[in-house]
Amino acid sequence: MQLAGSRFTDATAVFGNDLATLPDFPAEIRAPAGTVAGVSAFQIHFASRDIMTPGDAPDVLVAMNPAALKANLPLMRRGATILVNEDAFSVRAVQKAGYETSPLEDGTLDGFTVKRVPMSSLTTRAVEGLEGVSSRDAQKAKNLFALGVLSWLYDRPTEVTEKWIRGKFRGPVQEANLAAFRAGWSFGETSELIDVQVKVARNQEIEPGTYRNINGTEATALGLIAASVKSGLPLVFGAYPITPASDLLHALSRRQDLGVRTIQAEDEIAAASMALGAAFGGALGVTCTSGPGLDLKTETIGLAVVLELPMVIIDVQRAGPSTGMPTKTEQSDLLQALYGRHGESPLPVIASSSPGQCFEAVYEAARIAVAYRTPVIMLSDLFVANSSEPWRIPAAADLPAIDPHFRTTPPADGKFLPYTRDDNLARPWAIPGTPGLAHRIGGLEKQDGTGAISYDGPNHARMTELRAAKVDGIEVPDVEVHGDEDAQLLVLGWGSSFGTIRAGARRVRERGGRVATAHLHHLRPFPANLGEVLRSYERVLVPEMNSGQLAHELRARYLVDVESYGKVQGQPLLPSELEEQIWQRLS
Amino acid sequence: MAAPELTKADFQSDQETRWCPGCGDYAVLAAVQGFFPELGIPPERVVFVSGIGCAGRFAYYMDTYGMHGIHGRGPALATGLAAAREDLSIWVVTGDGDALSIGGNHLIHALRRNVPVKILLFNNQIYGLTKGQASPTSERGKVTKSTPFGSIDGPLNPVSLALGAEATFVARTIDTDKQHLPMVLRAAAAHDGAALVEIYQNCPVFNDGAFDALRDKKRGAENRIYLEHGEVIRGVVRRPDGTLAIGGEGEPVVHDAHRDDPSFAFALSRLSSSPDGPTPIGIFRDVQRPVSGRELTHELEDARARLDDTALDAVMSAGDTWTVS
Repeated sequence: MQLAGSRFTDATAVFGNDLATLPDFPAEIRAPAGTVAGVSAFQIHFASRDIMTPGDAPDVLVAMNPAALKANLPLMRRGATILVNEDAFSVRAVQKAGYETSPLEDGTLDGFTVKRVPMSSLTTRAVEGLEGVSSRDAQKAKNLFALGVLSWLYDRPTEVTEKWIRGKFRGPVQEANLAAFRAGWSFGETSELIDVQVKVARNQEIEPGTYRNINGTEATALGLIAASVKSGLPLVFGAYPITPASDLLHALSRRQDLGVRTIQAEDEIAAASMALGAAFGGALGVTCTSGPGLDLKTETIGLAVVLELPMVIIDVQRAGPSTGMPTKTEQSDLLQALYGRHGESPLPVIASSSPGQCFEAVYEAARIAVAYRTPVIMLSDLFVANSSEPWRIPAAADLPAIDPHFRTTPPADGKFLPYTRDDNLARPWAIPGTPGLAHRIGGLEKQDGTGAISYDGPNHARMTELRAAKVDGIEVPDVEVHGDEDAQLLVLGWGSSFGTIRAGARRVRERGGRVATAHLHHLRPFPANLGEVLRSYERVLVPEMNSGQLAHELRARYLVDVESYGKVQGQPLLPSELEEQIWQRLS
Repeated sequence: MAAPELTKADFQSDQETRWCPGCGDYAVLAAVQGFFPELGIPPERVVFVSGIGCAGRFAYYMDTYGMHGIHGRGPALATGLAAAREDLSIWVVTGDGDALSIGGNHLIHALRRNVPVKILLFNNQIYGLTKGQASPTSERGKVTKSTPFGSIDGPLNPVSLALGAEATFVARTIDTDKQHLPMVLRAAAAHDGAALVEIYQNCPVFNDGAFDALRDKKRGAENRIYLEHGEVIRGVVRRPDGTLAIGGEGEPVVHDAHRDDPSFAFALSRLSSSPDGPTPIGIFRDVQRPVSGRELTHELEDARARLDDTALDAVMSAGDTWTVS
């Protein structure tokens, strides 16, 4: 179903609607077919105006079997359209899904507009004349039939999908998929079962530019490649397979043509160490992981803090603790990113707010890492990594410069001091191979300036202070307030809840409420104006997919009594619940 | 104009060495600093990476680039460095606790990958820096601070482990052997790929005398079974059933370090289980296998040389795009 969903998305993007998507799939690779636990779903929200989120209550559900219906029906609002693959509702399948009687017959679907389409048999009939097509191919092609029906229902352009099928498949499988897709489209057009075709006009309010549809993983990969090209630093990417971060390893592993070196390390620790070792050699060292892997990388990140070398650590957050729910999203690694290392080991933390924004976020992480000689954690999450949206492609020439500024000449007196500092409090990056600058660095505390080993108490205090001052001195843009400036309530978020918060607030405004929103991309250091912004509202609501981690940090740092709204259900926040939370605080 | 000849002093840093008096590490440091000039590699192209433990300090004493890393991660740090730079001579200094306990995973994978790094494993069969606990090479029954009733676990054999990890160069030598140690280091430096050199190193404070059977002049002369490629291995015979043995009846055995099949080297490594009797010393195995990332490095460099804003624009705009004006 992920395939049909992503094809519909591409056609919608090319057509010119704004959109947001939400794939949702089980952790098991081949979860028991027909069970509720094994249902794979793909949600898309598109419109002729700005889209903020994948939506909360879908207007149309396509259920390929009873389990899919059972898993998704609770999301649907009354009156919504439900297209079911009628052929899949055998007694056995119905029972396997946990229904006692067929939901098509027993009144379960009363109040919904149900369209019963025998998708399996229609697909079989559409492909049966084709040479070399097995019954297995025919079975698999039914998703393309469903895609055809939906493409007609929403008047999507068919060329995009057909072109993709031709590029992706060969021989009989290509023929079968094309036939199934066309049969679905024709069924929509000719069958009186589906009587209304919905036209969604192009979005006319989009900023001019060239767009493509992109998910968070692809945007992150491009951001890293762009940082490598613009800095002239070779990209060395160390990773160990972990859901949902592995996709970034896959994406970058394909880009040897762009000079990208990926290493599938023996473990998470090695992946981080390889990135750091590469950084010592003058590369852009990057590692990527998800929760449990971040635990393991902690030791190396601490070393990077003391070595003061550039390094980027990407954490695609998922629901924890421990293995938790690997295929479900959460924003619960914030405090770990900020504080989860022994000793005092501050580092900058950046979060991406949408799939396309991952490009900017990771590019910024690389820029800061290089300019300030520091490890930087970029927090993304499963929702933002797997969701997609139209992305306005930036011009390479407009991207901010990243200057490695290697130290290349020895000082006049011949004594190179690796722990002297520039205006940013950053130390020189002198890479092996440079004559006259050979030096030793390590995890033992450094003497200020010389970098020699030091156990001196006052020096340790000075170095602790310098490392923190360097991170806190990083220039980050002010936080911008959006919406009603005279509102009494500010909703402040971070990371992937950006769209949801905007959408929830918009719904409130459309019904006459007054509310302001703001969003944090930099979690350390915070924007300089944040305290002032927080204090200028009577109430501040902080929604997060955790139990209040940003709220905790804001209270500690600014002594402002922010109100936390936490959600830890493995699913993104919804505009409707945000709307409700806002209204509760406006009375 | 020819570059000036390098000397031992070019590789000596200004840091005061702080190992215990009589530590075997001094001898190894002197040997390394003494033999490096003959490689003809300028000090700035040399990097020493180390982990944690007494051996970890080694990196500070070489006047080259150096990184004193974290416990056991030396081979991983070095692997990343080697991936970024193929123009460097990269050496990892580690100990028995660092390499074989906390860093065991990194060691075997660096060897498996055949990363072009030279790993010097200082084996003193004890944890020194943490003041005397049993290590993974301590013998069964060893009484230490952490095993007051004697260690209940047996040791592992670093040479056997390295061979099992598909290492292409595996050698064993002794800290105080002024001829043999530099000879092995020279061969490791010349080897194209990963090299593991186990160095029996005496800890005078927590495990003094562990290698006396090999280090003593008289006993050592009897117990050291030198392995020299193409030469008969003194004291080792092939028994009628094909197995190797020290002493007894059988045919003489000629050492072949270049044999592709590692089982011969492995059999040699199993001739002694602890260094308190006759023990093979020398290069067990020295073979060629593709070096990790060797060709890739050049391809990637060429690819990067072609990249500019125009190329980046093309990459970012790949696939289905649409323009809004």
